[in-house]
Amino acid sequence: MSDALVAVLLGLLLILAVGAVRAADLLVAAITLGVYGFVMALTWAAIGAVDVSFTETVVGAGATTVFFLAALLRTSRRRSAAPGRLRLGALLLVTAVGTLLVVTLHALPPLGDLAAAPSVHVSPRYLEGTRPETGTPNAVTAVVADYRGYDTLMETVVIFTAGLAGWLLLTREP
Amino acid sequence: MTPGTLFLVAVLGLMALVLVYLYRVLEGPTVFDRILGLSGFGTKTTIVLLLAGAMYERLDMFVDLALAYALLSFVGSLAAARYFERGGQHR
Repeated sequence: MSDALVAVLLGLLLILAVGAVRAADLLVAAITLGVYGFVMALTWAAIGAVDVSFTETVVGAGATTVFFLAALLRTSRRRSAAPGRLRLGALLLVTAVGTLLVVTLHALPPLGDLAAAPSVHVSPRYLEGTRPETGTPNAVTAVVADYRGYDTLMETVVIFTAGLAGWLLLTREP
Repeated sequence: MTPGTLFLVAVLGLMALVLVYLYRVLEGPTVFDRILGLSGFGTKTTIVLLLAGAMYERLDMFVDLALAYALLSFVGSLAAARYFERGGQHR
């Protein structure tokens, strides 16, 4: 079932992305990107990555829409440059990178392959160690908050600083 | 009809409904249609998530996800409402 569902969801993502880029009104683009975030979260859930889906829901669909709307409230809904003009160099670059990605696709291991390098290298160590070493039932949480705890701590510092700066900018009356 | 087939048919039906909301989001004509499309989209996909959870037999995890999903789709509509309340341009 999931292959058909994922194909439908990827098609929706494509339509939404083109819609968001082509929208002349930035408020419309922000709302379209909100729906894009929800479809993205659904796609992650459909391929079994529930934790990523959770993050995508909170960040992609929730926070980003709110931030875009807050920014639009203090600026303008109009685009400064008229969209629609096709840049040949950019089109060539995007086509080249896209072709490169499709050509190298066959080198990726299939989804859920137990013999793939990521499944045999460090994953068993974490999956076996999570319960006795950290006492957490969720292996992803154990890696993020325990095995790479300092990394997450520094990430939080960066996010906190950025949030503080954004808050100071947004609450200043011009 | 097994439960699995029933869930699959339900998911496909809901995805067809999602396309209707998608049309409203992309075509408008007014911004309010698009915001309604966004919130309607949220409710349909919440149920799709729960059905997916039932199909994967990991309902406990997908219930959390669906709750966060429902909350945040409400937050999106709320943010849009605040935008107009604070004097954002209507067109």
